[in-house]
Amino acid sequence: MIHLLTSNWSAFISGFGWTLLSSVLALFFSLIIGSLFAILEVVPNKALRIIGNVYVEIFRNIPLLVITMFFYLVIPLYIVKINGFAAGTVGLTIYTSAFIAETVRAGINSVDPGQMEAARSQGMTFWQAMRHIVLPQAFKYVLPPLGNQFVNLVKNSSVLAFVAGFDLMYQGNAIASQTFDTVNTYVIVGIFYLIITLPISYYMQHLEKKLA
Amino acid sequence: MSSMIEFRNVQKYYGEFHALKDINLEIDKGETVVLIGPSGSGKSTLSRTVNGLETIQEGQLIVNGRDIADRSTDINRIRRDVGMVFQHFNLYANKDVLENVMLAPRIVLKMSEEENKKQAMALLDQVGLADKAHNMPSQISGGQQQRVAIARSLAMKPRCMLFDEPTSALDPEMIDDVLKVIKYVTSQSDMTSLIVTHEMGFAQEVANRVIFMADGQILEDDSKDKFFDHPTNERATQFLSKIIKH
Repeated sequence: MIHLLTSNWSAFISGFGWTLLSSVLALFFSLIIGSLFAILEVVPNKALRIIGNVYVEIFRNIPLLVITMFFYLVIPLYIVKINGFAAGTVGLTIYTSAFIAETVRAGINSVDPGQMEAARSQGMTFWQAMRHIVLPQAFKYVLPPLGNQFVNLVKNSSVLAFVAGFDLMYQGNAIASQTFDTVNTYVIVGIFYLIITLPISYYMQHLEKKLA
Repeated sequence: MSSMIEFRNVQKYYGEFHALKDINLEIDKGETVVLIGPSGSGKSTLSRTVNGLETIQEGQLIVNGRDIADRSTDINRIRRDVGMVFQHFNLYANKDVLENVMLAPRIVLKMSEEENKKQAMALLDQVGLADKAHNMPSQISGGQQQRVAIARSLAMKPRCMLFDEPTSALDPEMIDDVLKVIKYVTSQSDMTSLIVTHEMGFAQEVANRVIFMADGQILEDDSKDKFFDHPTNERATQFLSKIIKH
């Protein structure tokens, strides 16, 4: 296994790098987009609520691979040419954002409505009340499920392998088919994923304790 | 024009349920009005319409010269001048006591940080809680939370205060301190107050005027003395006899 690792070091590391980059980008943007749609789902304006709802229900209920393929194969035909890495990362972002929206919305709904009322009664706008009072409390409630979403996101980034995203899974497939050493290859790939996901798990647990 | 709050033929429905029935009521500047009645009578609902937390379906509701029911009215502007104290305090759970008092003046009134802090500490001192400035709401008692909530409302320099059963969720030994603060607030000559309460002794002490509600209607609207000595309405008489007995 050590030999396999050292002789394919650069491929593993490059795959690890692309996986990490895709995960970080998707995490950042899905958190922003997801939170935005979560808020849209609870605004007083009904039309906006419907938009938020439709977005979440569509992208939560389509397989990630289908969304990714759509960006990889369909978008380039009509709109703009994008490579596999970009298509995979965008697909991952949109897919994950729908789950994050649901998670954050649950958090918002678990904040006592009296908090929003008090803020509004002092003349704050809906958005000011959200930003200063409701969201900080909502995020605290949903830290554990949010951590799960982040871990899922990293694992789901393996979808990049299907669209030539040069990620960890893609490199693993290539190495396995060259060396025929499937067992060791996928064990190493698994370990590389753990290097990203375990710290996230531990960090979220730490945050949870700190904020509790 | 000396009225602070004016209801003109106000109707409020929750779906089919007629919560406020043809309310006509004028509260003058500086008055302290106590609103009493059995639970479910609509008194909380009525107080919550004044700052638009509950919308009305018909009629006019003029607060500080502006019609709340008018779509062009900026409700946030009205709310600056109308403080509200809730039954369950509703202190901002993610902010400490001092921040609870300073937040709205900072982001709504854009008050300078220095002035804001000075005012907040003075208000906390007034309600006897300056030493709790850096505690979180969950670390202080219910009575203390309610006093902070009052300080928080006063920080906006309101012209009118709504108290929605401010002592109903408190342990008996906490009530006096809160009532003392409310009494002080309502005694300011330019402050208009609407108080929903079950504390009859307190009502007798602070009210200029008492309104009795039942089933979404105002059944009696009298000066304090007249109301407690000779209520004219039969249901008000019954209500008083039940309450005063204990």
